[in-house]
Amino acid sequence: MSDYIIQMLHITKDFPGIRANDDVTLELKKGEIHALLGENGAGKSTLMSILFGLYQADGGEIHKDGKKVEIRNPNDANAQGIGMVHQHFKLVHNFTVLENIVLGVETTQNGLLKMDQARKKVMDLSERYGLRIDPDAYISDITVGMQQRVEILKMLYRDNDILIFDEPTAVLTPQEIEELMNIMQGLAKEGKSILFITHKLNEIKQVADRCTVLRKGAYVGTVQVQDTSVEEMAEMMVGRKISFTIDKQEARPGDTALKVQGLTVDGRHGKKAVNNVSFDVRQGEIVCIAGIDGNGQSELVYALTGLMPISAGTISLMGQDITSTTIRQRNDKGLAHIPEDRHQYGLVLDYDLQQNLALKNYYSDQMQSHGFIRFGQVRDQAEALIERFDVRSGRGPETVVRSMSGGNQQKAIIAREINEDPQVLIAVQPTRGLDVGATIYIHEQLVKERDNGKGILLISLELDEVFQLADRILVIYEGAIVAELNGKEATAQELGLYMAGSRREETHA
Amino acid sequence: MHKIKKGLSAASPSIMAIVAGLLAGFIILLISNPVSAMRGLATILLGGWNNGMKGLGQVLYYATSIILTGLSVGFAFKTGMFNIGASGQLMVGGFVSVYVGAMWTFLPGHLHWMVALLMGMLAGMCWGMLVGILKALLNVNEVITAIMLNYIAMYGINFIIKNSPLHDRLRNQTINVAANAVIPKAGLDNIFYVLKGRFHDASSVNGGILIAVLFAVLVYILINKTTFGYELKACGYNQHASRYAGINEKKAIISSMAIAGALSGVAGALMYLAPPTGMHIHVAEVLAPEGFNGIAVALLGMSNPIGIVFTGLFIAHITVGGGYLQSLKYMKEVIDVIIGLIIYFSAFSLLMRDVMRSIGKRRSKKALEGEGKGAKR
Repeated sequence: MSDYIIQMLHITKDFPGIRANDDVTLELKKGEIHALLGENGAGKSTLMSILFGLYQADGGEIHKDGKKVEIRNPNDANAQGIGMVHQHFKLVHNFTVLENIVLGVETTQNGLLKMDQARKKVMDLSERYGLRIDPDAYISDITVGMQQRVEILKMLYRDNDILIFDEPTAVLTPQEIEELMNIMQGLAKEGKSILFITHKLNEIKQVADRCTVLRKGAYVGTVQVQDTSVEEMAEMMVGRKISFTIDKQEARPGDTALKVQGLTVDGRHGKKAVNNVSFDVRQGEIVCIAGIDGNGQSELVYALTGLMPISAGTISLMGQDITSTTIRQRNDKGLAHIPEDRHQYGLVLDYDLQQNLALKNYYSDQMQSHGFIRFGQVRDQAEALIERFDVRSGRGPETVVRSMSGGNQQKAIIAREINEDPQVLIAVQPTRGLDVGATIYIHEQLVKERDNGKGILLISLELDEVFQLADRILVIYEGAIVAELNGKEATAQELGLYMAGSRREETHA
Repeated sequence: MHKIKKGLSAASPSIMAIVAGLLAGFIILLISNPVSAMRGLATILLGGWNNGMKGLGQVLYYATSIILTGLSVGFAFKTGMFNIGASGQLMVGGFVSVYVGAMWTFLPGHLHWMVALLMGMLAGMCWGMLVGILKALLNVNEVITAIMLNYIAMYGINFIIKNSPLHDRLRNQTINVAANAVIPKAGLDNIFYVLKGRFHDASSVNGGILIAVLFAVLVYILINKTTFGYELKACGYNQHASRYAGINEKKAIISSMAIAGALSGVAGALMYLAPPTGMHIHVAEVLAPEGFNGIAVALLGMSNPIGIVFTGLFIAHITVGGGYLQSLKYMKEVIDVIIGLIIYFSAFSLLMRDVMRSIGKRRSKKALEGEGKGAKR
């Protein structure tokens, strides 16, 4: 009998043009919480997909309880007791919680559903592991946190004892994260073995027993979390020393750059997506709008940038009313926008890099004469920006943007927007999906622009990012600003309460 | 040199498709009349040459209209739209230019055909713009409106011709346009003719082919060199990003369809501003096939204006060749089947290329593995 319940030995997996896993070994002990740490693209998800049977390894073996097993598809994985909570939940929205849990393994008698037994088992599990759910609620009506508990119950209902969590905290509030951590510890105590994929070091420190680190598809090492500092783990992950706190001076705010008053945007189903929002952003400060995804952040940004019509309110930029101006006029007046979805909005993926870098100024006198594009100028601009912002690509200015990495695509957008020398820069989740190196670089650029006297409006879902950058924090909940906090004094707990809507500053609303 | 190489490699899927289409066409010839199949294929490949320089002239004449409708479809493609309405735009453009050509006889000399051409272009432009306006402002799918406008154009023009002095009741077609309104030959009739005794049997080719090539160059410049083209292509690739960048995507859609319509309108004008022996608008319930052949030309030319000139000439070449097939007891529609097959193959060729690539990769990998094993032993 082996000490290890699962051993993935010398796993290698190739994708066209890239080796996603290169001789990776991961050994999971029974009853432990084992973190899998790595930057985006380090091969964590590939490794877990191999374990879950979604991919086949090109080399290496998987052992369970010391015996070699073949896992060809998720059903094989399930038969081996392996379950997975995906980053994006796989739930049927118009089914109830109970129906979702039993889906695929329904107990039947003479072809008829026997839900009573299932219900009893689910409620027992729910009680035993402290997973609070309402079995008869529809998925579409429950919170993200509860949806996640439903996913966990799905695994437990199938008697899985090896549980994979793929970045489970990305969508949760601080309170929900706390609860999840407790649940995970409870599961481990009951003898379940947990694999926990993340790139958040604090969470690993909090719950994991051991941690395996991957970098660029290769195995870096496995450490005891207790004996290892956060900095050491970070260094293993990135391959070099990194400083987490960026050099940020006290903000010295100047005049009001962006002023928003009573802004209201109609949403779907007659609800107001943005409800009577007022705030301002001064020159030389970073104002951060914090909130859980889907509380009106996107609509607020679209309204500010002119992509979406508003139903009430005014917006002014440097004292000029821009409420009813076009998108182009707002750009020209000094409003820059790093969009939330870089593929949908930020870039024309089939254009090459130089054309994308000219997307906001191709019509300026510098870039065209008499309607003809000055290709020399476009190229010079691209070369200068590539140099200044360290945008890496295969063929320089002529690289088709679709072929570039996410981090470099984002750098290209930031280069273009900063190059416009805006008065106000709206950055929406500017580091989403980026690795630590690129994230720090982008944070530094934002602070630099602030120190150059720009007003920065940052919309972020990541609390780390909020605390890292914000001079002032506005919390948005269901389309309304429910609190304004000082970036220095606010705590995660406090922020979490506002974000979850369980508290609001009456004075502000 | 580099550019030519790049162009050739871009054209290679189209060339593969043409070869595959012709082979499949050969099989059809074999099935329907095995004895003449080889000669049939040769006839198709010879195209206009079957009738010497005159035949070649006919190729150029026929190519004129499908190059322009091909440009029309290809240009709309670049902006992310499918202009299936080239047929209607061509009819409207042709009709208006015939009207001007026959009625505005007060226009002197060369001015007459120029004005007739211009009016045809404007008419096509309006007809195309209608599709763009409906799409941009009311979000009506351009394919549906364009198809309906094709029929409106056809029946509307038939109705107007029958109730106007343009009607030649004897032949049930439009009357001849004034001599001044005929597109000048530009000397081409002195090149593309065959001698019958001492008589120059000239082809129908006229200066229109030069105008078509000129438009191809203009479209190329517009798409690739101007800020306007940059905007249109950006809208075609990614409408959201274009809006984000402050491009007025509604304006882009409308102007793109207007230009596409104008190009088809020119095609119609050049077809029907013909001498009395040339083409007339028949009062018949038939949609102008040149509009639909334009789709084939644009697809095969991958919407590249210069590529479209070549594919237009090629399609015209085998179409004219197909006409001569009748002397071998084949239906001339065989050539339409072959053109259809070529289009299918050109759509497949991209797919095929990916399949070939992955097979090639697997093979080289297996070979590598084999070597590795060999070395171990």
